Amino acid sequence: MTTTPEDLRTDQTPLAPGAPRSGTTFLGLPTAPRGVGHLRGDRSFPDAARDALRDGQLRANLGHATTTIRGKRARVVAELPDWAQLRAAGSALKTATMARLDEHLEELERQVTARGGTVHWARDAAEANRIVTELVQATGSDEVVKVKSMATQEIGLNEALEAAGITAHETDLAELIVQLGDDKPSHILVPAIHKNRAEIREIFLRTMPQFQGEGADRDLPDEPRRLAMAARAHLRERFLRARVAISGANFAVAETGTLAVVESEGNGRMCLTLPETLITVMGIEKLVPTWRDLEVFLQLLPRSSTGERMNPYTSTWAGVTPGDGPQDFHLVLLDNGRTAVLADEVGRQALHCIRCSACLNVCPVYERTGGHSYGSVYPGPIGAILSPQLTGVEDNASLPYASSLCGACYDVCPVAIDIPSVLVHLRAEHVEAQEKPTAESVAFRALATAMSHPRLWRLAQRAASLGRLLSRGKPTMPNALPFPASAWTRSRDLPTPPAETFTSQWAREHGGRK
Amino acid sequence: MSAREEVLGRIRTALGETRAPVPEVLRDYRATDDRPADVLLDVLVDRLEDYKASVLRCGPDDVAASVSAALDAGLGAGWAPGSVVAAPGLPDAWRPGGLDTDDDRPPVRLADRAAALTAVAVAIAETGTLVLDGTPACGRRALSLLPDCLVCVVTADQVVGGVPEGLARLDPLRPLTMISGPSATSDIELERVEGVHGPRTLVVVLVG
Repeated sequence: MTTTPEDLRTDQTPLAPGAPRSGTTFLGLPTAPRGVGHLRGDRSFPDAARDALRDGQLRANLGHATTTIRGKRARVVAELPDWAQLRAAGSALKTATMARLDEHLEELERQVTARGGTVHWARDAAEANRIVTELVQATGSDEVVKVKSMATQEIGLNEALEAAGITAHETDLAELIVQLGDDKPSHILVPAIHKNRAEIREIFLRTMPQFQGEGADRDLPDEPRRLAMAARAHLRERFLRARVAISGANFAVAETGTLAVVESEGNGRMCLTLPETLITVMGIEKLVPTWRDLEVFLQLLPRSSTGERMNPYTSTWAGVTPGDGPQDFHLVLLDNGRTAVLADEVGRQALHCIRCSACLNVCPVYERTGGHSYGSVYPGPIGAILSPQLTGVEDNASLPYASSLCGACYDVCPVAIDIPSVLVHLRAEHVEAQEKPTAESVAFRALATAMSHPRLWRLAQRAASLGRLLSRGKPTMPNALPFPASAWTRSRDLPTPPAETFTSQWAREHGGRK
Repeated sequence: MSAREEVLGRIRTALGETRAPVPEVLRDYRATDDRPADVLLDVLVDRLEDYKASVLRCGPDDVAASVSAALDAGLGAGWAPGSVVAAPGLPDAWRPGGLDTDDDRPPVRLADRAAALTAVAVAIAETGTLVLDGTPACGRRALSLLPDCLVCVVTADQVVGGVPEGLARLDPLRPLTMISGPSATSDIELERVEGVHGPRTLVVVLVG
């Protein structure tokens, strides 16, 4: 695993909220503002990852989950003889969408409006939260039901609603577990992947009203079926009384104004169907130009994400339909740093992401460190390129280094996002932004000098063999080496130097012969 | 400047003055499935059953009897016809006697019904997907959502091979519900549990 040494961290670099990103692609476009939403962690990736690595339970849960999903995905992808063609079409469709993003958004707005919906534009998280809060307040309701949505997590909508006295009920089972457990999601698709059944049972018994009070039946086995049924009972009444729902969107079709939500449990359908008012928050990159384009993505997405031929439920709607579903529909189009991503010709492909999470499940780094280490609602490889671009790379400077660059994420990406290349691009951008030389760059410069002078090199090798004393016979050096070596070994294993170097062995065995 | 103007302006700045040409999208993936119709029906049945739905096949003259059998399978024998609510436009010949018909009642009042009966607009064999489009024979969205058991009647001519053929038959302006098996979750240790919030039982009557 490769992560950045401590002194490479510049998360504390002073930058005004919403200040432009640095680097060669500077165009002055605002990034996601600080102080709102969940794109930045409290700690850098190396610090958070070190704790996660020590959590054996977490690693066991993650290992089981990612291995299982990987296997399912591989089987259903192999079923399709035209997977490569679909993948290429998905990639080209996204590139084509981004190339005329303004025109497609204007068309979407026209179509949604023509079908009785209202379109709102939000420059950033704070503005989107304000728009949604005011829309809810206008209904007179003080609670909403929510479909799992990355966009609303990104902007911290639940917290904003709470501050306005509105309760948001997450209705996806995993999101509910995370919400009731006062926790944070750790995976894009299965947000409670880090919790096992016993932990979930504890959370339910502690927080669900049906298990509280005198005479409540607290008999809840930790079988997944029984836990799921407890959640069903918990949410049923909320669905039936809800007057306002909030969702994200997996896709929006510019040509027709059709929105699409892909899900499994039916909680999405409940939210999209039963309330009077529906508010959908959507990143501006989520649209596709035509209805026909969905034939590509509805094949790519379920197979890549849950390893299913098709997810149990997909709902689509265009505006409002008299007599069927919400009669008041609002679509909030969210920028929050996306245009800054679009401005980077290399990095903009991060906007092609359809949030399938296949890259998380193959990533050797994610599998060991889990989602919380990434500090953002977007964990894993896609998060490592998306979050730093949305916030400006200096605000998430350690994430582009949270990768082994093994390329597995690129191989599984259904829209062929070249994540490793963008990671390298962002590292370069970060390095260029550094004004003072880092310990790493000083060390490598010294190494380059030594390697080009034979006498210096022999001296350095002799000095290095002293490291054997520190390692006390172990194959790797301790991670408590003094500065500046600590910067390297705190997040990497450094092999103990051999007892004899190649050059000295050669000299010994071959004597003076040349 | 309005947020709309500002976001659109940012996009134009980001894309630059001389925009890259829009790449051609090569649609060389499979757009049609030329397998014979009876093979596609078998594929549909296989996929539906793989996703824990039950399938009953019957001839065009036996639909009502098969729907009764489907309700037996979903609700157990002895179900009350009044507890089953059918889509308003469902052909009379498909309905066992005594079923309730969905009307303009508030959607939440569908929640106390045991089962719902609907037609479909399209069925996609390769993914085991039924699509309801909100027309009178399919009913409004709440109908196929709130009762715990859903029975769908699919006719052979509605079955297509793959997703592209299915979407091509649908009207994107209608509210569509694509159903692949009963509702399910894998959120707890990835163990699949059928039926969290939607119908826990899906029975399909395949005609032809």
